[in-house]
Amino acid sequence: MIGIGKTAFGAFADRDLRSLAVEAVENAMRDAAVAPKQVEAFYLGNFAGPSFVGQNHLAPYVGMAAGFEGIPCTRFEDACASSGSAFFHAWQSVAAGIYDVVVAAGVEKMTSQSTPRVAEILAGAGDMAGEGRAGATFPALFAMIARRHMHQFGTTREQLASVAVKNHANGAKNPLAHMRKVISLEQALAGKPIAEPLTVYDCSLISDGAAAVVIVPLDRAARYTSRFAKVLAVTQTSDHVALDRKADITFFPAVKAAGEKAYKLAGIGPQQIDVAELHDCFTIAEIIASEDLGFTPKGQGGPFAASGATAITGQIPINTSGGLKAKGHPVGATGVGQICDIVIQLRGDAGERQVAKHKIGLAQNLGGSGATCVVTILEAA
Amino acid sequence: MALDGVVYTETVVHAAPEQYAADAPYQLAIVEQDGGARITARILDRAQIGERVRFIEERNGVAYYQK
Repeated sequence: MIGIGKTAFGAFADRDLRSLAVEAVENAMRDAAVAPKQVEAFYLGNFAGPSFVGQNHLAPYVGMAAGFEGIPCTRFEDACASSGSAFFHAWQSVAAGIYDVVVAAGVEKMTSQSTPRVAEILAGAGDMAGEGRAGATFPALFAMIARRHMHQFGTTREQLASVAVKNHANGAKNPLAHMRKVISLEQALAGKPIAEPLTVYDCSLISDGAAAVVIVPLDRAARYTSRFAKVLAVTQTSDHVALDRKADITFFPAVKAAGEKAYKLAGIGPQQIDVAELHDCFTIAEIIASEDLGFTPKGQGGPFAASGATAITGQIPINTSGGLKAKGHPVGATGVGQICDIVIQLRGDAGERQVAKHKIGLAQNLGGSGATCVVTILEAA
Repeated sequence: MALDGVVYTETVVHAAPEQYAADAPYQLAIVEQDGGARITARILDRAQIGERVRFIEERNGVAYYQK
């Protein structure tokens, strides 16, 4: 990975989808010292451009504006793992020797719609014939996951809230974060109820934003930059879209499988990961992902988060960017955005968020209530 | 009746999608039916995990239950 580029995440009334995506792609190409005409294929993750902004055929729409010259431009849609999926496919094409220079990106423009309409569009990442028709929003699905996790393992409201407090504290130090505001545990617990037991502070943000990366074969990376990151593994897995089809909703089989495969490919275990970006679309999702990826035993994610083990100074810093909770969650941009945030840490460029040990990082991107997962493991050059 | 069952998990939805805004707050649950299947349904009164619920009716493709 020779280049990364991000826009700020936030609510930008004066920015359209294309200008955000082009800004991220241009930043990544500048970082990689690659010109648009050198790029051989473009992989764009986007969840719901057609619903949010009424635009389809997004990959050439963005690609031509970014200066690409007639190359394959394709959009990938796997709910909130759309750009994780775009990156997985981009990486496969380079690993297979098909292309030498490709760009993977993600973009979402969400804030031009009302919150109830956003909830309705996002609900389309679930099973609309079943749970969606019954009135399930995504907060409702993760609230049901949280309730079951609390029931089986004794996870508490305070432990959920501790994830929000940590991620807000981290986001406050990230100049590109949507919400740069520290919150207290009391505030998080007293938030407006969204779907019980989740309050507004357990939910990620509705954001606009884009992110992009440039990748080349490993043996060519040093020609471009000494600051590249080595992709040790990228895995993508799938599972049922409907939550009620899962036998046990207290873990995500797709996350567990993607993690296990990624560790095997990279030849390492969870104890070798120095820093991680986990998909905290809701506080409970970060807690469960920390279990599924082996950072803590099953059922122990709540006490683990509350103990401080996942803070910037903890044993495994999680979401030093602020996570989806505070950095923001422009859904189609999130997967590649997380990868950029890991590279920032591996390069030692994270400023006051910088973790002490930063050789190997992991990013985990989740689609829907666990129907898609992409896990990426990166190593500093 | 095979459609009756036990609450596997539940939530009360306060922030509803546009089309169900008038229903909020409403309880949504995954019910484990006596016949073995699981279904995402509405619960008319409030039930907790592990409580038995009776199938009341299906309206517009949505199953409604009650304690």
